[in-house]
Amino acid sequence: MSLFLQVDLPAALTGTLAALCCALLGNFLLLRRQSLLGDAISHTVLPGIVVGFLVFGTRSAGPMLLGAIAAALVAATLIELVKRYGKLEPGAAMGVVFSVMFALGVLLIERAAARTVDLDAECVLYGQLEDVLWLGPTAPGDLLKPSMWSGFPREAATLLVITVVVAAGIALFFKELRITAFDPELASSVGIPAGAVHFATTALVAVAAVASFEAVGSILVVAMLVCPAATARMFTDRLTTQVWLSGVFAVVAGIGGYVLGALAPVWLGMDGSLSAAGMITVLSGALLALAILLAPGHGVVAKRLRSLSLSAGIAREDLLAMLFRLEENRSGVTLTRGEIRGALGGGLPSRIALRHASRRGDLSIGAAGATLTDAGRAEARRLVRTHRLWETYLVRELGLRPDHVHSTAEALEHVTTEAMAQELGERAGAAADPHGKPIPD
Amino acid sequence: MPLKQAHRTAAPEPLSRLPEHSAESPLSVHDVTVAYHRKPVLWDIDFDAPAGKLTAIVGPNGAGKSTLIKAAMGLIPLAAGRIEIFGKPIRAQRRLVGYVPQRGSVDWDFPVSALDVVCMGRYRAIGWCRPVTKRHRDAAMACLERVGMAGFAHRQISRLSGGQQQRVFLARALAQEAMLYFMDEPFAGVDAATERAIVEVLRTLRDEGRTVICVHHDLHTIEDYFDHVLLLNMRIVAQGPVAATFTRENLQKTYGGRLTLLDEASEALARTAAPGAS
Repeated sequence: MSLFLQVDLPAALTGTLAALCCALLGNFLLLRRQSLLGDAISHTVLPGIVVGFLVFGTRSAGPMLLGAIAAALVAATLIELVKRYGKLEPGAAMGVVFSVMFALGVLLIERAAARTVDLDAECVLYGQLEDVLWLGPTAPGDLLKPSMWSGFPREAATLLVITVVVAAGIALFFKELRITAFDPELASSVGIPAGAVHFATTALVAVAAVASFEAVGSILVVAMLVCPAATARMFTDRLTTQVWLSGVFAVVAGIGGYVLGALAPVWLGMDGSLSAAGMITVLSGALLALAILLAPGHGVVAKRLRSLSLSAGIAREDLLAMLFRLEENRSGVTLTRGEIRGALGGGLPSRIALRHASRRGDLSIGAAGATLTDAGRAEARRLVRTHRLWETYLVRELGLRPDHVHSTAEALEHVTTEAMAQELGERAGAAADPHGKPIPD
Repeated sequence: MPLKQAHRTAAPEPLSRLPEHSAESPLSVHDVTVAYHRKPVLWDIDFDAPAGKLTAIVGPNGAGKSTLIKAAMGLIPLAAGRIEIFGKPIRAQRRLVGYVPQRGSVDWDFPVSALDVVCMGRYRAIGWCRPVTKRHRDAAMACLERVGMAGFAHRQISRLSGGQQQRVFLARALAQEAMLYFMDEPFAGVDAATERAIVEVLRTLRDEGRTVICVHHDLHTIEDYFDHVLLLNMRIVAQGPVAATFTRENLQKTYGGRLTLLDEASEALARTAAPGAS
């Protein structure tokens, strides 16, 4: 228990809070199509941290955090300036600013190292989540003792405060964040300054990113600014829901990633544990990949299924209309399954169409093959009627040539509403289509 | 003469007291020049919008039509001149102004419903940091109904047709309950049903005594839809009631022949630092 309270709890909590505050802000970067800003900021804080150190001469958190935030804001301003005056597209502007500032940071570290001071660029990039310890509580009862809380890890405390500030800010200014991201001109015209809201968001991203770096490193920050919000977007078309879901995904990735990092090696029979920050990042990426594939509305699989069911529905209607046309020449038409599948062009849609038609009672399928039922014949008559009405309309009212209209009518008959069919019927006023075929009632 | 000197004087007199401006006008534009990167795109605009009328702003591409209405709303800075809305600077009058931007100016994949977008028209009335309440949602719903879009209230906006999206924008402007509306090409790329719906809404707004100023592209419909017209090509070519102003001769002046000297001067200003401009 004391291991859990002293090592696992603070580390998992820190990782999760970092993920959460970045994920919540990430929603608004995603909406502005500025997710790269997180990447830019994560690199630009390096010179800030070094300058903070060089100016104040201490490795304590305050000055370095201050330097990092200042650097992030300088970077955000520079990006705007480069965009405006350098005539660069936003991605290029960010790329230029953050790579140059990062390089500057490396040079500064070299200078600092020359003065025999220990500063490590790696801990900015990869973080040191495993070093977040709470040396104090040894049993759950200790959590109630106020004295224990003085040893609560600073990283976790900082992130807790920032997460609360971020969540409160989003709750309080939700309306303003939404309108300035969607339509900055309208926002400004009604007195909600889009530029100021944008700047405040950027500043918060900088603060959240900097506070997270120390514990989890910049790679996780960049991933968390993008992945949870993008994952949430796959599941919903509502911004409120998206923000809530992004929080849920961040917490799942945070806790799940930490647990996996600790347990996966054990399961795989390896020694030690995996980097928790790395595992959280990988898990959030995996969640996004799963969402892109499997999300019910926007997922790839769902889209494929929808288009399959659409083409199967069209194939079913084509099948009914085909049987009806055959029956016009001789009654009691029966087609075998093979003939039907061949006529419908084969493939999965034709199989589904056949099964669907028999289940709906459009067809009676016996040993010899499929025949239209009365219900099926009624629907088929409606479809053929619509088709021939469209042909009549296209030839008479649009002046198309009679031999050009079949395929157009074929496409239109599947999307014709009852009201449209009625209007077509009134306009046509004829008993036969342009090819002389009777228009059924 | 430096472009920026005009409005440096302290406590300027209200424009309505000047003889060339009318006291009733909801929008007075006085000697306005607007420049992008020092290159003027509008020169010395003087314009009074007639109250309770539908006014069209017409002119070729690059004539500064959108720039003029954005400047009027205070969205872009003036290089010179002054603009007043109902006798006061725009800062004090935002609640009186409604806006329909160009449809292409926003990201339609944004995760909001049609109703959410219309509610944005109420944000100013709701105030900072307050949530959208049922009362405001009901008001927004009524606006959707007025443009025939109530049945689409909960649909995500990318799943609407272009005409339906334009009607959502119009409903949002109605929700602003403004007295002066600026609309940037509300008829661009819409279907016939939407065009009829928009015209009907514009006429209702006029009958309620509100003023509407539209950037408009379709010269064939000007006489049908609008009372007043402003012909613009970097400077004002003509303005007045449609019957008297929308003439072949004025159109020729607006669309025919570039203003070579003015163009040249603009380019020259863009290349050099204008004296007095910072």
